[in-house]
Amino acid sequence: MSLQEPITAPPPPRRRPRSVASGRLTSASGLGLGVGVLWLSLIVLLPIAAIVVTSFQDGLSTFWTSVSTSEALATLRLTVGAALLVTLLNAIFGTLIAWVLVRDQFFGKRVIEVIIDIPFALPTIVAGLVLISLYGPQGPFGVNLVGTREGVFLALLFVTLPFVVRSVQPVLIEMEQDVEEAAASLGASGFTIFRRIILPTIAPAILAGAALSFARALGEFGSVILISANLIGKTEVSSAYLLKLIESDDPVGAAGVATLLLIVAVVVLVVLDSLQKLTARRD
Amino acid sequence: MSIVVSGISKNFGDFVALDDINLEVPRGGLTALLGPSGGGKSTLLRIIAGLEFPDRGEIRIEGKPATWLAPQKRSVGFVFQHYAAFKHLSVYRNVAFGLEIRKRPKAEIRSRVMELLELVHLENFADRLPSQLSGGQRQRMALARALAVQPEVLLLDEPFGALDAQVRKELRDWLRKLHDEVNVTTIFVTHDQEEALEVSDEIVVINNGRIEQTGSPTELYDHPANDFVMGFLGPVTRLDGRLIRPHDIEVLREATPGTTAATITRLLRVGFEVRAELRTETSEPWVQLTRGQAEDLELAPDGTVWLRTNHKATTLAAT
Amino acid sequence: MTETNVSDAEVDRPRVPAPTITKPPRAARRLRRGSPVARWTLRLIAVGYVLGLVALPVGTVVQRTFAGGLHPVLESLQNPDLLAAARLGLIVSVISVLINTVFGVGAAVLLVRYRFPGRGLLNAVIDLPVSISPVVVGIALILVYGENGWFGPTLTKLNIQIIFATPAIVMATVIVALPLVVREVIPVLEEVGTEQDQAAQSLGANAVQRFLRITLPTIKWALAYGVVLSLARSLGEFGAVRVVSGSVPGVSETPTLFVNDNYQQFGPKAEQAAFTMAFALMLISVLFIVVIALLRPKEQNQ
Repeated sequence: MSLQEPITAPPPPRRRPRSVASGRLTSASGLGLGVGVLWLSLIVLLPIAAIVVTSFQDGLSTFWTSVSTSEALATLRLTVGAALLVTLLNAIFGTLIAWVLVRDQFFGKRVIEVIIDIPFALPTIVAGLVLISLYGPQGPFGVNLVGTREGVFLALLFVTLPFVVRSVQPVLIEMEQDVEEAAASLGASGFTIFRRIILPTIAPAILAGAALSFARALGEFGSVILISANLIGKTEVSSAYLLKLIESDDPVGAAGVATLLLIVAVVVLVVLDSLQKLTARRD
Repeated sequence: MSIVVSGISKNFGDFVALDDINLEVPRGGLTALLGPSGGGKSTLLRIIAGLEFPDRGEIRIEGKPATWLAPQKRSVGFVFQHYAAFKHLSVYRNVAFGLEIRKRPKAEIRSRVMELLELVHLENFADRLPSQLSGGQRQRMALARALAVQPEVLLLDEPFGALDAQVRKELRDWLRKLHDEVNVTTIFVTHDQEEALEVSDEIVVINNGRIEQTGSPTELYDHPANDFVMGFLGPVTRLDGRLIRPHDIEVLREATPGTTAATITRLLRVGFEVRAELRTETSEPWVQLTRGQAEDLELAPDGTVWLRTNHKATTLAAT
Repeated sequence: MTETNVSDAEVDRPRVPAPTITKPPRAARRLRRGSPVARWTLRLIAVGYVLGLVALPVGTVVQRTFAGGLHPVLESLQNPDLLAAARLGLIVSVISVLINTVFGVGAAVLLVRYRFPGRGLLNAVIDLPVSISPVVVGIALILVYGENGWFGPTLTKLNIQIIFATPAIVMATVIVALPLVVREVIPVLEEVGTEQDQAAQSLGANAVQRFLRITLPTIKWALAYGVVLSLARSLGEFGAVRVVSGSVPGVSETPTLFVNDNYQQFGPKAEQAAFTMAFALMLISVLFIVVIALLRPKEQNQ
């Protein structure tokens, strides 16, 4: 173990070694950071920038025109409306399912756990095929939802099922039940306990899951296109409309609608995030 | 001198962690850095280890400059409060880690590791995982691991802080005995003054980033330099405008020149000791007596006694 | 943190009042502990919802795939385009998972262990792909790397084809699965802290040794979990790939594109091919889910 030559004064900063504990970048990790940032720029930042920039490329009025055509507006109304509705339903049912999974015990629970993950792991187009098999013209129950908004709604419900459930479950598991038991011993009813003790604790998780659910529903494509049949003005979702625009060589229009979708997503996510921070503060 | 610390200062943003620390640690000694939490002692230890770097000042280890050396280049072993065990490696592999890094031959590693495991009484646990050990066993493993690479200096950061009181006492004795056997220069950080008094050869009291006093346990206890050191190292009470140790107050049944009158406000039995809380005209001291002394004096609540400072005791002017 | 063994599926808790999660009027009645009515109601709602929404449709696909017996299925499995799509899917998925694993581990270590300006921004950017529609991802790629895109002229000059070729498929797949490995590894790294790393450093290990001997073994289950998630996501990507790939059968048709293209065609053979591929993808997904379920307790135990 050899030590260096006697030094009487501290060496110039750039020769100072970094210790693991200090958290400051070494040359190796600095290089890694640089490479990582470059990579992220190439595959995420630049493409997103391109979307926003291109949408205003021909001026603000062109942007406005492309997002306010009747078709564009119809798709936006349908997509945003469906996404909000689906998210609301997921918040309720997802929490309920998470509750049953955590607090209840019954035969076949593990199977239900696996089934819940299916929509998340299934390729979206396969999900689309699955849905049209059941709710389409050749479905076993004689129900035909092809070309209907109900079909679109069901498809979105299918693919967003796991988000709230999986978000709330860990929180419920972690929750110590003695607080609930204390409340019960003080005379609180089941509903009161839920409202005053459990709900505030899981609220941030519900909101986080809702955010994921909304973002997914807003941009969903593969599972919806088969059952929706893309009827203009009725069941055409924004992602399908975007595909149409880019395939008919209207990149500026496509970019415009995409930018609007991004804005909607950002707004809703920010709202949900603030709500999440608000409810989490009570800890 | 094994370790020389000169003029070390360290700030974390606006917070002054260490302010012009000067210290010399003798070779083979067992030194305690004692002080309240947040006082800077851990920071100093980590600077000596190379896990932090100072803003000003110099460290020399065995005469060689070491201020800017990475930890792996200093010959120091470090033991963490929460063991920092390599959770995925067995006890054997943990202790062998430093030797494996240095690519020592397998046979050498084996003999050295087993030697150390025997030293720390963990030879039967070689194949266990750290999660299967108790806290005390984990810390012994951490010590063996640090000693494996034969460091010139052994640094321990509140090594027994995470353990139960009973285990702490046992390990304290054990550390002292280990040190006597192995004789490596050792510095350990603690906020427990009993630990420092019991185990170390020398105590350095650090408070608010400054050294309050350095000396042997007896020196610090009997001749504290200021009221902070006095209060930190042992019980203190106030009598006639001076700080004094409760067991250095003599209690008399009759008034004598040079004594102060006091009323007994409370009498407490704590094991075989008796603690008497009193009130004088100017202060409310308490006195520590043995049960025998208390009985001889026939102490009773609301009784009057006379107090006198033991002439051999050290007292400090109260601020 | 102590090592608590928590598995999602097996949590046996003492009974507490099981409240209903609907509006006040219905739930206003007092629920005594373990009211069986409430418990069964909730149970039925939950199970019914899940089975009806998911299991039923999935079962229908299985039934449709094998409607004509085993023979048509086996026949369609020999379809050269199907096999080509499977091959492409495998290659693209493996490449993109490799890229995302390297990136994921690196980004996780950087975010957890170091402080640098823009750290919060980096964190947020990594999460972006999840919030964006896959179609938007595809369009974004075209706008940058397409013929008329920002880098279009340069790429054409260098004779590099990205859009409508494999590189674009790989890029699209990488983007949509970007956060998966990072988000699994970060909590483990945060949990473990830097003490083991510092201990290793004090014992003489350099950065590479510390990474290989300490960091990597510590994150291995979380890493495995993240890799499987990425694999599933990569294999299943459709929307982004639909935009950037020419979807030429046998050349640039991924498994998901194959399903779509064949379903849109007329004819029993095409439909059978679509269902066969869909069924295969479904089987693989369920396999992934099972592996993930097995990995989850190991990951949580770390």
